[in-house]
Amino acid sequence: MMENAIAWILIFPLFGSVACAILGMTNRKICYPIAVLSLACALWAGIETLNQLIASEEHTVAYLLGGWTLDAYPRGVGIELHADILGILITLVVLGVGLIVSVYSKLPVQEETPGKEPLFYTLFLLQVTGLAGICLTGDAFNLYVLIEVAALTGYGLIAMGSNRAAAATFNYVMLGTIGASFYLLGVGYLYIKTGTLNMVGIHDVIEANGLADSATMQVAFVLIGMGILIKMAFFPFHAWLPNAYCNAPTATSSLLAPLVTKVMIYVMIRMVLSVFGVEFSFESTMWTDVVPWLVVVAIVCAAVMALAQREIKRMLSYLIVAEVGYMVGGVWIYNYYGFIGSIFHVISDACMTLCLFLGAGLILRKAKTTHFDGLRGLFSKMPLTMTGFFIGGFSIIGLPPTCGFFSKWYLITGGMVSERWEYMVVLMFSTMVMVVLFFRLIERIHLAVTESGQNLGHGHGDLGLTEEQTRFDEGPLSMLIPLLVSASVVLIVGIYNQDIVSLIEIFLDEFNLPRGEGH
Amino acid sequence: MSAPEVTVIEDIRPLIAFIAPLIGVIGIVWAGEKRKNLRETFTFLVATIQASVVLSMVPLLLSGGIIEFKIWQMFTHVPLMLRVDGFGLLFACVASLLWIATTVYAIGYMRGLHEHAQTRFYSFFAISLSATIGVAFSANLLTIYFFYEMLSVSTFPLVTHMQDKEARTGGRTYLGYLLFTSLCLLLPALSWCYVWLDGGTVTMDFLADTGKVGAFSQTTQIILLILFTFGFAKAGIMPLHSWLPGAMVAPTPVSALLHAVAVVKVGVFCVIRVYSDIFGVQVLQELDGEDWMIGIACATILISSLIALSQDNLKRRLAFSTIGQLGYVVLGATLATEQGIGGSVLHIAMHACGKITLFFCAGAIFVASGKKYVSELRGLGRKMPITMGAFMIGSLSVIGLPPLGGFVSKWYLVLGALDRDMLWVVVILLISSLLNVFYLLPVAVTAFFRTPETDSESGIEEAPWPCVLPLTLTAMGCFVLFFLTDPLLRLVGLAH
Repeated sequence: MMENAIAWILIFPLFGSVACAILGMTNRKICYPIAVLSLACALWAGIETLNQLIASEEHTVAYLLGGWTLDAYPRGVGIELHADILGILITLVVLGVGLIVSVYSKLPVQEETPGKEPLFYTLFLLQVTGLAGICLTGDAFNLYVLIEVAALTGYGLIAMGSNRAAAATFNYVMLGTIGASFYLLGVGYLYIKTGTLNMVGIHDVIEANGLADSATMQVAFVLIGMGILIKMAFFPFHAWLPNAYCNAPTATSSLLAPLVTKVMIYVMIRMVLSVFGVEFSFESTMWTDVVPWLVVVAIVCAAVMALAQREIKRMLSYLIVAEVGYMVGGVWIYNYYGFIGSIFHVISDACMTLCLFLGAGLILRKAKTTHFDGLRGLFSKMPLTMTGFFIGGFSIIGLPPTCGFFSKWYLITGGMVSERWEYMVVLMFSTMVMVVLFFRLIERIHLAVTESGQNLGHGHGDLGLTEEQTRFDEGPLSMLIPLLVSASVVLIVGIYNQDIVSLIEIFLDEFNLPRGEGH
Repeated sequence: MSAPEVTVIEDIRPLIAFIAPLIGVIGIVWAGEKRKNLRETFTFLVATIQASVVLSMVPLLLSGGIIEFKIWQMFTHVPLMLRVDGFGLLFACVASLLWIATTVYAIGYMRGLHEHAQTRFYSFFAISLSATIGVAFSANLLTIYFFYEMLSVSTFPLVTHMQDKEARTGGRTYLGYLLFTSLCLLLPALSWCYVWLDGGTVTMDFLADTGKVGAFSQTTQIILLILFTFGFAKAGIMPLHSWLPGAMVAPTPVSALLHAVAVVKVGVFCVIRVYSDIFGVQVLQELDGEDWMIGIACATILISSLIALSQDNLKRRLAFSTIGQLGYVVLGATLATEQGIGGSVLHIAMHACGKITLFFCAGAIFVASGKKYVSELRGLGRKMPITMGAFMIGSLSVIGLPPLGGFVSKWYLVLGALDRDMLWVVVILLISSLLNVFYLLPVAVTAFFRTPETDSESGIEEAPWPCVLPLTLTAMGCFVLFFLTDPLLRLVGLAH
């Protein structure tokens, strides 16, 4: 069983979801433990796979489903699970976030969608299976299937939310389908030209036949790139995201917000590095010249839109769009540090977004609103929740020693090495916007002043609230503990960033990326 | 600034001095509003522990050793590391000793005014002091940056303590200036050094990497110098000084310890570190644009003194005076001579002791009489003789008259300017001392020699003893520092 750990990563949540669907018909309460348990087992299998990976010489683990072989040239078509360090790191993030959210979800699911627990957990586990599968698959077409698995379950999960969720979901379905179609079309071109769907196989054929200048391949690259950019909500393709995440149930948005966009970043890195190859992606296309400027526009617009929001979840949604810009930029400034920054930011952004959405869920539950006006005095009412929430916020700003500082550090360094000053400046700009966003929140919670500058209290810290409204009243432990765990993960990932970065370096060393030496 | 042959000792004491206040916070929060006395005991205890740990390292440093402690490997080449050298230790001594005085003072002040949220106040105060010690003992640029940011964020709740509109304005200015400069100027400069200094293997260490910046082109060096000088906006160099008067909305103990000693001195401390230990004296002297920095420092000194003249609010007047005095420290660093840098280091200590006395007095006056403005102080000297006497001593020390501490540091600054043959700098120092006289002495003179307009204020007497005791001690400290000049000079390496 141990040597097949990579397969167990997917089997646990997949069978868990089936079990939820079947057993849930008779006993609704059994779904929650099944979800938590299957994700915990999957996480264990993931860690086991990581250990195998580190121990192995090539730092990859492959597993062929259905007993086919790789002997043919080019590699044949079949289901292959193929994990390298990048894939397994992101998988662990997916599973970790899934586990934390599943623990957190107990009360929100009961209260927001009463009676639908089996449905929710079935979709929830399928969603995690899909996302983890995206990170582990070694086949370009399987990747499409898994993207659709994740997307379809995502539509279902979001549509369970408030009244407006249906419209938001429809929007998401339209854009998501367009994105997936683009991707599938691109894969079609790849198959025509290379005769295989296996990622390693495609790369081998491109290398061997010198397909870098082929027009077909260029079209495939653009189609796949476009599809991925739409799926990851890169501005201006972000329109589906804010409404979808704001109107979704608490547990859903906590799961989707940290993962979906980040996993698509992973797909982009995978396509660029492993499928098309460094030479093809960066030397024979114009993307390195154009994309950083698109990133500048994307980050500025997303940051400004985030500034205009007066509601926490909506503000966070636009922050995600801005962060997507960071990571896309980190890839296309094309150097070693930028890639380290991007990959590390995938991990750290997942952690801090999780932290913020869990916190927002708790605030919504206790304060009955996440609008800025309803937040005054929350520091004394729920000090632990707010501490956790703001650790996530400080990480988004990039204050040490949170993980956000380190990813931003590598991204800035990357911009400097490639001398992409526009990218550096926009990072600074968005950092300042984040400072404004989060310290404005702190002000609204901490000060007895309305937004227009009117004093509410009578001095001496009087917030203009009754005793009742400021009394210590924390959320339930089943929600609070996941929040605090995720906040500590933000700090731990920051403190142990060297261990993660050295893994990423092992992965990146096989690609010949420029490091900006010789200055 | 370290002597050529040093013995390096691995020791955990610097970490203890840093961690102690953080652990103390747990005790402070646990005791809470209901057990006031216990809470204040914790604060006092932690301050004492920190000060004694810091002082216990003095003999070792005087005998020529330095202490190191590596906390954690942060980047491939750059560890989060603490190192105690003479300069850092001097600053740490000043900050932690004055924290004890401030603790006593804060008890009198906060209780006297029945302030709210005192637990929060004491907690963040302790965190700020922890960060200050972290800066003082940092061994490389990234470590210093860590603690610098920690200090910016942890002082925000203290600045906005009053939680009203004024506090919001002050807090916004405060964070706006400090975070904008540190994130947008400092971070790129650090990243630049990280990538290109020494081919990407640099540790940015203050001891090992001095002068390596010299390998860059002149333009790059000047850009880096500008980024660093203005990036550390806590140093209050004009035009990035406005946060300091804004921060005066905070309760007076905060203004006294943080905005006359800890925070602002962290700023100039970092600037001196960069000038003397990253650039190094030689590289700086050969740099063309460096004269401009001297000019900016001089301009800061003169302009802030002139503004101070026109301020009627006592705390604001003191704030502008602080900006001017910080200009002295930066000036000494930009002079880039051993005497000049030694002078700035001394000035950190001397000015700290003098200025904290002045702020203590301002707060004591406010507690006792509710007065905030210089023009209201007529005749107060007869009712509060100790406070106003201490104010007089503090003023004289800041002005720089012997036998008070302020004289020594100014003397070394003048020597530094003479070393560079810059007579005009000496002239500016003299003019600014005169300006100091004009804006500081009238306060005490008004209090002692002008008769009050009305007799309705007969009820005013000295502030409660926890307020008066610390300011008496710090006023005496100004005398003591003058006579301690020799060990201080040995500590910063000016005399062997």
